[in-house]
Amino acid sequence: MDLLNLSSTMLYTAFILYLVATLFFGATIRQDKSERRKKRKSGTIGITITIIGFTAQLVYLITRWIASGHAPVSNMFEFMTFLGMSMVLAFIILYFYYKLSFLGLFALPIAMIIIAYASMFPTDISPLVPSLQSHWLYIHVTTVALGQGILFISFAAGIMYLIRQVDQSSLNKGSLWLEIVMYVMFLFIGFIVITTSFNIMDYHAEFEYTEAGNVTTTDYHLPAIAGPNEGALLTEGVMEPWFETPTWMQGADAGRKFNSVIWSFITGTILYGLVRLIIRKRVGAKLQPLLKNVKPDLLDEIMYRSVAIGFPVFTLGGLIFAAIWAQIAWGRFWGWDPKEVWALVTWFFYAAFLHLRLSRGWHGEKSAWLAVGGFAIIMFNLIVVNLVLAGLHSYA
Amino acid sequence: MNKVKCECGHVNPEGTVLCEACGKPIEGNQHIDGNEGNKLLNMRYDGTARRSQTYNKSIIDKIWSFFSSVKVGVWLIVIALVASMVGTIFPQEIYIPADAVSRDPAIFYEDRYGILGLIYYQLGFHNLYSSWWYMVLIALIGISLVICSLDRFVPLYKALKRQKAKRHETFLNRQRLYSESEQVTPDDIETVKENLKKQRYKITDENGHILAEKGRFSRWGPYVNHIGLIIILIAAILRTTPLMHTEEYVWVREGQQIVLPGTNGEYYIENKEFIMEVHDENDERFAQAIQQEGVVPSNFQTDIVIYQETNASVPGAEPELEPILEESIQMNKPAKFDRYTLYQSGYQVNEFTNMTFKVHETDDPEESSLGSFTIDLTNPDSIYELDSGFRVQVDQYYPDYILDNGIPTSETNFPRNPAFVLSVYPPESDTPEISFIGIGKNIDATGENEYKVGIEDFELHDVSGLTLRVDFTLPFFILGAAIFMIGVIQGMYWQHRRIWIHPKENGILLAAHTNKNWFGIKKDIEKSIENTPITMARDQQELDE
Ligand code: HEM
Repeated sequence: MDLLNLSSTMLYTAFILYLVATLFFGATIRQDKSERRKKRKSGTIGITITIIGFTAQLVYLITRWIASGHAPVSNMFEFMTFLGMSMVLAFIILYFYYKLSFLGLFALPIAMIIIAYASMFPTDISPLVPSLQSHWLYIHVTTVALGQGILFISFAAGIMYLIRQVDQSSLNKGSLWLEIVMYVMFLFIGFIVITTSFNIMDYHAEFEYTEAGNVTTTDYHLPAIAGPNEGALLTEGVMEPWFETPTWMQGADAGRKFNSVIWSFITGTILYGLVRLIIRKRVGAKLQPLLKNVKPDLLDEIMYRSVAIGFPVFTLGGLIFAAIWAQIAWGRFWGWDPKEVWALVTWFFYAAFLHLRLSRGWHGEKSAWLAVGGFAIIMFNLIVVNLVLAGLHSYA
Repeated sequence: MNKVKCECGHVNPEGTVLCEACGKPIEGNQHIDGNEGNKLLNMRYDGTARRSQTYNKSIIDKIWSFFSSVKVGVWLIVIALVASMVGTIFPQEIYIPADAVSRDPAIFYEDRYGILGLIYYQLGFHNLYSSWWYMVLIALIGISLVICSLDRFVPLYKALKRQKAKRHETFLNRQRLYSESEQVTPDDIETVKENLKKQRYKITDENGHILAEKGRFSRWGPYVNHIGLIIILIAAILRTTPLMHTEEYVWVREGQQIVLPGTNGEYYIENKEFIMEVHDENDERFAQAIQQEGVVPSNFQTDIVIYQETNASVPGAEPELEPILEESIQMNKPAKFDRYTLYQSGYQVNEFTNMTFKVHETDDPEESSLGSFTIDLTNPDSIYELDSGFRVQVDQYYPDYILDNGIPTSETNFPRNPAFVLSVYPPESDTPEISFIGIGKNIDATGENEYKVGIEDFELHDVSGLTLRVDFTLPFFILGAAIFMIGVIQGMYWQHRRIWIHPKENGILLAAHTNKNWFGIKKDIEKSIENTPITMARDQQELDE
């Protein structure tokens, strides 16, 4: 379908533009004070390209909406892509308030990882099951994503704060944890790299196995290290699984997902190892000098403000609109479904964050860790809860 | 009470940290807000006297202090957070999947998750969110929220009302934003005032001492949002009473008309038809996804008629039913009547309505009928007399037949897979022949039966599962949520900013405070002192670098 082609081209374009914009934001960092004008220009170009990229992504959204007949926020690919887009939007808004180009250097790449990650999931347009056929679905999902996008900026600022401030002279609690966060990002990149590689090779391995009493087949796009539990390989001439996914891993298609996780760890770890070999330092330590001209106070402020702005939006979308929709669809506005519970956990977490900010001693580094933790909870809800603890909201 | 009189003449309540009028730190009380040894004053509650910090003698004082501590509040929130997470490790009891070996929690958790599952079940985590301790936790948060709000709101409100434009110098130079300027003319000050007014500051001028203030109402935001939360908690308590909230689940067969449970016999429902539609696999938009994931339903719908019993006042009289509503209920489109809402919640397709059997001779290859009979599966008779003189007795009826460890039983009471043990009495005979018959099964117990029973025909129907709900608490939840949202937005999207100008001979002191967004207030100040010789306020925060 033509419209759909246009749509995916636009998403691709947006991705490339974000990449280019990141380079321009990067250029604002190196030059010294005397070149202030050049710096400002570089930042302006960066934000302009970001906005063009955002517009391209908006076109992606609209064309896909027209093509499918419903708002494209109903499966994992669509929702994650939309989340990436709201992150960029949140960045654009905060950029105009704080005029901090470095933020782009960190926020955009992470948003890009999210979008790339999204593209690893099936991109087919899926028809809506009856419970999803409601305007409240769009209202709820878009507001949640926007809230999460704004909260994401606090994560980006928090990471920057930590890179700037954590003592890198030795391996201590701070630098170790920061390095772990970096490593986790490498795992995401690893997932993207390995999935893309085997997609290009068009790798397939089909298995037959029993799930919930029914014989089903599943199609691995990565060589099976972990096969499905008691599965039989149907495709010929591909790698035999090394072991089987243990039975206690539940949920739809547990084997294939587990296999992807294993591959992400392997590839991510190799990538991380290579980077460490080249830079001969912790990644955090290598990045630290980049940020020496940024005022930590400003980062702390951005981090806190984005929580202050994002929290009400998230509450509205993730709890209130969610409840309204659930009331109309299922007749109960709250059902303790895992997805709902994790929205509540997120909400509790940021409420705790805001209250801690009221007392002394929680500004700066501690806040930054909290911002990282909050974002980890959001990602957990998106990835682990969607794919593993599947409930009503399962995107499978 | 030990009131504290400040040198400016204002009389402060006991426990005040900063004079309500002029802000001068009150000696002996600085430990309360932790101001000792710090350059900057703690301005969170403007140094007001809070009950929790002032009185600590009686048991009530102690409880009050305990619950009004933000630290305690945060701990409660964190505990609730962790507890909530724990509840998602394994499914809650209501989410035990339909394909489980058993939906009995005592079996399910151990069977599927082993020893951890067993522990989970034994700790009661399979019903975590309705456990007494989880409720207590939420209630404690509620109590804490009320006490802590009262503790702070009242004094803060008074202090902000009583504040004077003229402030003590120590108050000013211990603010985070502060500067001293010399050679400032009255004209310069006028310019600043004008600029501040343009930025919507409210100016109070007290003999040249200037207070510019905006967004004070945002200080009430947290208290407003806490009220919203309290309303939500109260609504949740109300919801546990049957007066405010009831819920019934009914199964209605197609063509069936039954009284709606929970309506005191006032309403009846008729299920005209259940419709399930699926997405067209030829729709090229979805073709690929459907091919991947299989059939995707597009609509669950029950066409119903609701009847009202108009003759209920006469006891024993035949019900007189008057149709009051005819509607198609779909997911996301419930039906409403009186105070009830009816939701499409479940379905069962292809249940057996009735089955027709015939009797024939076992070794008759033509299987010509010696008489037939029809069993109504929702209401089977125990004996069927055939015209030809045969008598069939229903010995066992399994509506939903399964073999459980070799023992035949019925999995549910719904006629989804009916099977029977029948005694066939040939005409004029008292010795029956036993047959077992079900879908695809026809077993002759002895192998010597002369007559055989076979399925001739059957009819199917669908069943709709509907939830009938009365909920008077919804308006409270909506009210609470709305107030909460107003409160958070009020507190988060606006800030309380104050700028003080204190004239000295030949110059001024400038100080400023905001409860958040320091970046914003700095911009405000920069804008208002433009083109004047006033020094920009310096950020005195001791950075924890
Ligand atoms: C889940 C429950 C709660 C939520 C969602 C909540 C929400 C909020 C929010 C959004 C603020 C504004 C924060 C800011 O302006 O930065 C706030 C302030 C506050 N909350 Fe809560 N709160 C909750 C529970 C509690 C509890 C249990 C306490 C009791 C200790 C408490 C005490 C306070 C205090 C003292 C303030 C500051 C008021 C002020 O600045 O004048 N809150 N709350």
